[in-house]
Amino acid sequence: MKTKGRNFVLYGSILLISLVAPLVLPAYGTQLAFLWVMVVFALTWDIVGGQMGYNSFGNVVFFGIGMYVTAVIQRNMHYDIEEYVHVAGRVDTLASGEYLAGLFLGMGVGAVVAVVIAVILGFCILGMGMRGQYFGICTLGLGVAAGELANGWEYIGAGSGLVTPVFPEGLGVRGAFFYYIFFILAIILYMTLKWLYSGRFGLAVNAIRDDEDKAEAMGIHTTRYKIVAWCISAFFLSLVGGGAGHLIGFIDPTEVAFAGATFGVWMILMAILGGKGTLWGPVIGAVIFHITQELFWTYLFGWQRVALGALIVGIVVFFPQGIMGWVRERWPERFGHRVEEKGVFSVSEGGGA
Amino acid sequence: MSRKFKVVIALLVGLAAVGLVVAGPVGAKVEDDTIVFGAALSFTGKYSTNGKHTKNGYDLVVKRINETGGVKVGDKSYKIKIKYYDDESTPARAGQLADRLIKQDGIKFILGPYGSGPTKGMAPITEKYKIPMVEGNGASRSLFNKGYRYLFAVLSTSEQYLAEAIAVAAEQAKKAGKDPSSIKVAIAVENDPFSMDIRAGVLEDAERYGMKVIIDDKLPKELTDMTATLTKVKALKPDVLVVSGHSKGATLAIRQTAQMKVDVPILAITHCEAADVVGKFGANADYTLCATQWAPTMTYKDRWFVSSGEYAKTFEKEYGYVPPYQAAESSAAVLVWVDALERANSFDTEKLRDTLAATKLETFYGWVDFDDTGKNIAKPMVLRQIQKGKYVPVAPAKFAAGKVIYPRPKWSER
Amino acid sequence: MESLQILFTAPIFSLQLLIDGILIGAIFALAAYGMALVWGVMKIINFAQGELVILGGFIVFSLNKAGLNAFLCIPLAAVAMFVVGWLLYHIVIVRIVEKDLFISILATFGIAILLQQLMNQVFGADVQVVESELGTWFLFDGNVTVVQIKVVSFFIALMLGVCLAFFMKKTRLGQAIRATAQDARAARILGVNTNKVYATTFGLNGAVCGAAGGLVVMTWVVQPYAGLAYTIRSFMIVIVAGIGNVAGVVFAGLGLGAAENFAGFILGTEFQAAFVFSLLVVILVCRNFKLRLQRSYLK
Repeated sequence: MKTKGRNFVLYGSILLISLVAPLVLPAYGTQLAFLWVMVVFALTWDIVGGQMGYNSFGNVVFFGIGMYVTAVIQRNMHYDIEEYVHVAGRVDTLASGEYLAGLFLGMGVGAVVAVVIAVILGFCILGMGMRGQYFGICTLGLGVAAGELANGWEYIGAGSGLVTPVFPEGLGVRGAFFYYIFFILAIILYMTLKWLYSGRFGLAVNAIRDDEDKAEAMGIHTTRYKIVAWCISAFFLSLVGGGAGHLIGFIDPTEVAFAGATFGVWMILMAILGGKGTLWGPVIGAVIFHITQELFWTYLFGWQRVALGALIVGIVVFFPQGIMGWVRERWPERFGHRVEEKGVFSVSEGGGA
Repeated sequence: MSRKFKVVIALLVGLAAVGLVVAGPVGAKVEDDTIVFGAALSFTGKYSTNGKHTKNGYDLVVKRINETGGVKVGDKSYKIKIKYYDDESTPARAGQLADRLIKQDGIKFILGPYGSGPTKGMAPITEKYKIPMVEGNGASRSLFNKGYRYLFAVLSTSEQYLAEAIAVAAEQAKKAGKDPSSIKVAIAVENDPFSMDIRAGVLEDAERYGMKVIIDDKLPKELTDMTATLTKVKALKPDVLVVSGHSKGATLAIRQTAQMKVDVPILAITHCEAADVVGKFGANADYTLCATQWAPTMTYKDRWFVSSGEYAKTFEKEYGYVPPYQAAESSAAVLVWVDALERANSFDTEKLRDTLAATKLETFYGWVDFDDTGKNIAKPMVLRQIQKGKYVPVAPAKFAAGKVIYPRPKWSER
Repeated sequence: MESLQILFTAPIFSLQLLIDGILIGAIFALAAYGMALVWGVMKIINFAQGELVILGGFIVFSLNKAGLNAFLCIPLAAVAMFVVGWLLYHIVIVRIVEKDLFISILATFGIAILLQQLMNQVFGADVQVVESELGTWFLFDGNVTVVQIKVVSFFIALMLGVCLAFFMKKTRLGQAIRATAQDARAARILGVNTNKVYATTFGLNGAVCGAAGGLVVMTWVVQPYAGLAYTIRSFMIVIVAGIGNVAGVVFAGLGLGAAENFAGFILGTEFQAAFVFSLLVVILVCRNFKLRLQRSYLK
C-alpha cells in the first residue's frame, strides 16, 4: 500500500535524523537530550490528561520519585551514606561500570516504586471516583506536597539536595549518552502508546473521557483503566526522571525533582500546544515548545519570562485545540472522519439567525 | 495519516534542526582583542536580589580593567567582556547554561553564578569539560568535597560564616563566669543548600563547645513568615539565635524579632548588607551580628582598585549604593581570572587551571590562596555588629574596630 | 515532640500561636475572598492571585516612598489594583471566562509568570518593606506579644469583608453579580450585562488583593517572586471553605492560619508547607469519599 510506504519513509527519516543528530551537532547534545525528555513529558501527560480527559497537575511527582530513587540507589551502592549526607571529604568519581550499574538499577527500581505509588494514589484518588476540577486540584496539591516532603527529609539530602556523580570518562560524550537513553525511552513509549491506543485500551480511555458514567454503564471497568493509564504514565516518567537527574547533575527537591511550576506546567502546555488526545500532538508540541523556549532564553535575555508568560497565555487562550486539533479541523477527511455536504440547510446559507 | 500532515511533520522536524542551530551560534573564547567570560546569573527568580549584586560586581571590574588597558596575555592587550545568561535561580537551568556556554558559545573562562544551588548545578558540567570556573558566590562546603579540580572559590565557605558568632557567645559566657556549654543555641535557616551548610557549621561549632542546640528549624523556601519559629524562641529563651535565608530571611528576621519583641542576647544573621536592614529598619536592626565576607573598612590593597575603601567608593559612584560583600566577592572572582591569565600568559585551559591553583594574590577583597579542593583559605570571615545604624567590625580581633555589645538590650529597655 | 511538651508545660504559648495564627489568617482570608469571588462568579481559578497581592504591596511601597502615609496608601492601592484587574479582564480573562476551568488555571499561570517578571523590571529585585510605625502590646509578662499592625490588618480585612458582603447583598451591581454567579445565561436573558459584571468582579478581586498586598508589605515583606505562597494559600482556603461559601472563607482563613502556625511549631517549619498540602490532598480525598458514600446510599 502507498500509505504504508510513505509511513515507512516518514518514520525512517525521523529515526535517521534523530540517530545522527547528536553526532552532527555534538555541541547541542544536552539540549537535544532534553528535547526527548520533553517529548516523554508531553506523551505521558497526554495518556491521562488528553486521552482520558483527567487534567492532572501532579504528574511531576513520578518524575521526582524516579530521580530520587535512582540517585539514592546509586549513592547507597557506592558510598557510605552517613559520610555522604553529612559533609565530609569524599571524592565523587565512579568507574564506568559502577556508574552504569547504579544508574540502570536505580532507574529500574525507581520505575517500580513509582508504579507502586501510582497504584496507591490511584486507588485513593481515581478509585474513589474523584473527577473534574477536584482531580486537578488534588493532583496539584500532591505535586507541591511531594516537593515539600522531600525538602524536609534528611536521608535524601533535604533542602541541600543530592549531587550525582561526575560522568565517567569511559562512557564517551555525556550529552550523547543521555540523548540515546532518552531517545530509546521515547521510542519505546511511542510504540507502546501506538499499540495501546489502537486497541481496547484506547477506546476505553476515550470512552471515559467522553462520558465516564455511560462508559461504566456499558460495562467498562473504568477504575481499572484509569489506574492502569495513570501507572503507565508514572512508569515512563520515573524512568526519564532517573536519567534526567544525572543529566542535570544536581537534584534539588523543589527546583529540579518536583518542579511543578516549570516541568509540571510545561508538560501540560506542550500537550495542549500540539493537540491533546492525539498521538503526534504531544510530540510536535514538545519539539516546538522546547525550541521556542531555548530561543527565548538566547534572544530575549531578561524578558524571556515575559515572553514565556505571554506564550502560555497565547497558547491556552487562542490555541486550545492545538496544532493537531487545528489540522484535524482543517482536513477532517485525512483523519478518517466522513464529511457530508449539508446542502441547502448549511449554516452559512441559512445564517442570519 | 495524510500526506499534508506528513509534510507538516517533516517541516517541523526541519524547523527543529534549524531552530536548535540558530538557538546558540557557536562563538569563540577569544575574539580578536576581547576575552569573553561566561556567567549564568539569577536575574529572575528568588535569588534575583543578589543576582543583581553579583552582576554589578562583575561589571565594575570589566569596566575598570578595560579602562586601564585591559589584560596582557603574550604581547597583546585584551579587553574583557562577559556573556550572561539567566539561570532563573534554579540549579536545573544553571547546569544547562554551563553546558551551553562551554559547548555552544565556546567559552573557556567561566565565572560562577549566585548561590550554592546554581553553583552545584554548574560544577559537574565545568568539571566534565575541564573548563575552570572561578566563583565568588557558592559557599556551600559540599562543593569542595567532591574532588572537583576545576572549581575555585574566592570566598570563605559557609561553615565559617557564623563560627565567630558562636565564638563570641562562648567568650561572653566565660566572661560571665559560666561554662560555654551552658549556652543554648537556636537555629532557623532556609531550607536551601547555602543556608543548610551554615546550619551544619553552626551545629559543629556548638558541639565543639558542648553547647546545646534547642531549636533547629528549617524555614521553607517560599518564606513569608517566621512567627512559629520566633514563638519557640520566646518559649525556650536561647542565648544565641542564628538566622540565614538570603535577603528575604534577613529582612524577615529583623522585622519580626522587632515586631514580636523577641529578646535574645545574640542575634546573628547573614545577608544584612544585601538586604539593607539598616536602611529599612533603622534602630530596630541595632545590635544584630552580621557575618560578612568583606567590608569597605578593610585595608587590603591591589593594583586595580588601590584599596578596599576605594573599591567601595568606585562602586557607590557607579551604582548608587554601598557594595554588599556579594558584589565584592564577585569582583574578586574576575580579578583572580585576570591575574591568572596574565601569569599563565596563555589561553590553554589546563595551564590556566594550574596557574589558578597556584594563585597567591592580594586583592581589595582580601588574600586569595586556593587549597587542593579549590576553596580560598587565606581570607577570614568578619563579624560585624550593627551599632547605632553603623556596621562595626567586632571579630576576629585582627579586624575589630569596636567591642561587641552583649547582650542585646531587651526591647522593653530600648 | 519536645515542642509539643512546651505547649503542655507552658500553655501560654499556645495562646501566642493562636493569636498570631488568627491574625495572619485574616490577611490570607482577604486574598482568598477575592479568589472565591472570581471562582464563584466567573468559574475561574486565578493563579495570578499572589502576584496581584505582591503588586498591591509594591504600589503601597512606592506611594509610601513618595511620602504618603502608609495606611492612606491602602485604598489608593486598592483603586489602582481595581484598574489592573479590570484591564486584565478585558485583555485576557474575557477570552477564557466561559471555558473549562483547566484552561483558566493555565492562562492565569501564564499571567503570573508575566507579572513576576514585569514587577522585577519595574520595581527591582530587592526585598521591600513599609514601616507602619505601630508598636506591640505585651500580655502576660511579655510572654504573649500582640503586634499592633497585625491587629489593624485583621480589622481592615474584616471590614473589607463586611463591606463586600454588604455590597453584594444590597446594591444593584452586587445583586447582578450574584445572579450571574447562579446562572450566567439566565442573568443575560433577564438583561444583566454579564460582561460588565465579570469585569467588575475581576476588578474587585484586584482591589481586594491590592489591599491585602498593602497589609502584607506592612506585616511581612514583598519581593517580585514571592507571590506563589499567597496564591496557594488562597486556593487552600477556598477549597476548604467550599466554593461560593463566603462566610466559610473567613473561618477557613483564620483556621488555616492557626493550623499552619501550630504545625510549624510542633513539626518544625520545614514541614509547615508539606503539612498544608498534605492536608489539602487528605481533605479532597475525604470529601470525595464522603460523596461516594452518599452516592451508594442513593442506590
